[in-house]
Amino acid sequence: MILTVNHITHYRYDQPVRGVVQSHRLYPSCFDGQRVIVWDVTLSDGIAGGGFRDAAGDWIQGYSVQGPVDALSVTVTGQVETRDLAGVLSGHRESIPPEAYLVETPATRADRTLIELGRAAKGSTPDLLEQAHRLSGAISDAIVYRPGVTAAHTTAAEALALGEGVCQDHAHALIASARSADIPARYVSGYLLVGQDRGEAAHAWAELWVAGLGWVGFDPANRCCPDARYIRLGSGMDARDAAPIRGIARGMGAETMDVSVAIQSVQQ
Amino acid sequence: MFHADQVRPPYARLADWTQQMPDELRCLKQAEAEAFFRRIGITFAVYGEGGDPDRLIPFDMFPRVFTQAEWRKLERGVKQRARALNAFLVDIYGRGEIVRAGKIPAALVYRNAAYEKAAAGIVPPRGVYSHIVGIDIVRTGPDTFYVLEDNCRTPSGVSYMLENREIMMRLFPGLFRENRIEPIDSYSTLLRRTLASVAPEKCTSSDPVVVLLTPGHFNSAYYEHSFLADLMGIELVEGADLFVEGPFVWMRTTEGPKKVDVIYRRLDDAFIDPLCFRPDSMLGVPGLMDVYRSGGVAIASAPGAGVADDKAVYTYVPDMIRFYLGEEPVLQNVPTWQCAKSDDLRYVLDNLAELVVKEVHGSGGYGMLVGPKASRDQLASFAERLRADPGKYIAQPTLALSTTPTFVDQGIAPRHVDLRPFCLVGERIELVPGGLTRVALTEGSLVVNSSQGGGVKDTWVLAE
Repeated sequence: MILTVNHITHYRYDQPVRGVVQSHRLYPSCFDGQRVIVWDVTLSDGIAGGGFRDAAGDWIQGYSVQGPVDALSVTVTGQVETRDLAGVLSGHRESIPPEAYLVETPATRADRTLIELGRAAKGSTPDLLEQAHRLSGAISDAIVYRPGVTAAHTTAAEALALGEGVCQDHAHALIASARSADIPARYVSGYLLVGQDRGEAAHAWAELWVAGLGWVGFDPANRCCPDARYIRLGSGMDARDAAPIRGIARGMGAETMDVSVAIQSVQQ
Repeated sequence: MFHADQVRPPYARLADWTQQMPDELRCLKQAEAEAFFRRIGITFAVYGEGGDPDRLIPFDMFPRVFTQAEWRKLERGVKQRARALNAFLVDIYGRGEIVRAGKIPAALVYRNAAYEKAAAGIVPPRGVYSHIVGIDIVRTGPDTFYVLEDNCRTPSGVSYMLENREIMMRLFPGLFRENRIEPIDSYSTLLRRTLASVAPEKCTSSDPVVVLLTPGHFNSAYYEHSFLADLMGIELVEGADLFVEGPFVWMRTTEGPKKVDVIYRRLDDAFIDPLCFRPDSMLGVPGLMDVYRSGGVAIASAPGAGVADDKAVYTYVPDMIRFYLGEEPVLQNVPTWQCAKSDDLRYVLDNLAELVVKEVHGSGGYGMLVGPKASRDQLASFAERLRADPGKYIAQPTLALSTTPTFVDQGIAPRHVDLRPFCLVGERIELVPGGLTRVALTEGSLVVNSSQGGGVKDTWVLAE
């Protein structure tokens, strides 16, 4: 499938700020499931820092804007050819050992319910891949997709207690319970070709480590594994760590952010 | 100082010196020393204890002495350890051969709170993560030295090493004429050279710009930060003095922005870049890690270096020395029980009264138990904490630490000491002949930390 991406983030400051520094994880991962045809990230202002590929395989690019800044936009456009690999992240070069993805973060702290879900999945079958599928399914059951009830700072345990949330909450809950069951897990951010009715085009899901297969993606928000509708950007310990754009503005101005994402498939 | 009731040869001259010193002169000199320290402002604030934040650390005028032969062994051991610790850091942030070889458990490294995922894949300039390695050493016999712990992040105390020498030379110039004592004043030059030698790839200047990044004047080691910056002739900066633009870090100066090549940071990983680590930190420089990771600036110590000085990782340093250097360790480790292992925990609980128990991530002598000095109640409540969270603790035997003569109210008496030499690792590995000797001023006490009432003294290495 060939997917086109149009992703624009507008930042506005009610008073001009003295400067903005950003760190981008906005370039599609290199693996067997996707190939970049064209890709471009443009800022309305500022200069690029040194880019580099990190040990998790993500391309990281810094940007700095010297003030006064009252508005800034980040525009991502591109075209990617994708293939359905049933979630398996094959051909991805990275060097961080899976063991490093067992560490809890504040957003992915497992409470008793999450630990129980992890334990139940682990005990249900000796098959590692099947364990991961069952755990992802259990998270889908436990958290109903509903936008607007959770926020960026909602933790895995909070979302689970609420029983509702968005893709970030599903991913956090799956990661937390997987790690509590000694299954390395990480947060993945990217894009998704969504239908008319529902879903988030700026999307997030989880990857679980399955010995013998490697990293395998699971999207509990959509009860599936990533396929040709998905574009993978990068990973991290949780949503904050894997954020496509991280930024800090120096100054007193309050920031408002406006994001639009459009993913379309090109008719062949 | 004494061995089989005989004054050990290196101390012979000092024995005469003290015998000839009248009490009044000693009091006078002690007062002079205190006035000197007050004037220069060398103080050590104690975390969480309240009271005077500008308390002076007590200075003992009786120097500690090493012979040339003793020092040569220590030097060999310290440099060997500094090499192995750096090899370990490059390895675990790279291919992790030592883990693959089964020499150290993966969980201990990759699930360690000090393991920095953002450092993975990075080989810093000259393969050095820890540029200043402070190794805490105790002596238990004429030829037996043990390493208590390694400090690979930002070991403090070197200003005391330098100032203690300075004051001794002022108070007792005669001593330095009568004894041939190795000088240590090259430390600041060597430190500057070490830092300049690790300038990043993208630095094309032959004279890299080095700065010292401090958390600010409220930090307990602020005196040392300004003292070292001053001695090296480099800028002392706070986070707000630096900013990221493009692929580099810049310093605000009256003549406009100046590119910075090497940052000797005296603040923890968690605070150096709010974009990468703690978002609430105001102390660091937003975007610094991206510049560092893309080779635009060097950071000393490199982010992630702390995983090598974790008290549980410490147990494996002798294995690191064998694995990376193919050598036998010159300095011994203190036998250590890992309370995370159930057999070890059982032993520790059964023998608590004879052991010293420390927190794996603790420092400064806080939260530790000295079994032989503890009351029955203290032992019982500590045992409970151990059972509740064994992974947090390690235990070691109580060592018969060496003592050196120390001036006390009653005259001269033996007090327990340790030693922290500061090894510099850059293009070369350097160690000035000396270190910081800390002394437990309370009779019989084994805790030398300045935060627990310890003092300091000058450390001499005698020339041949």
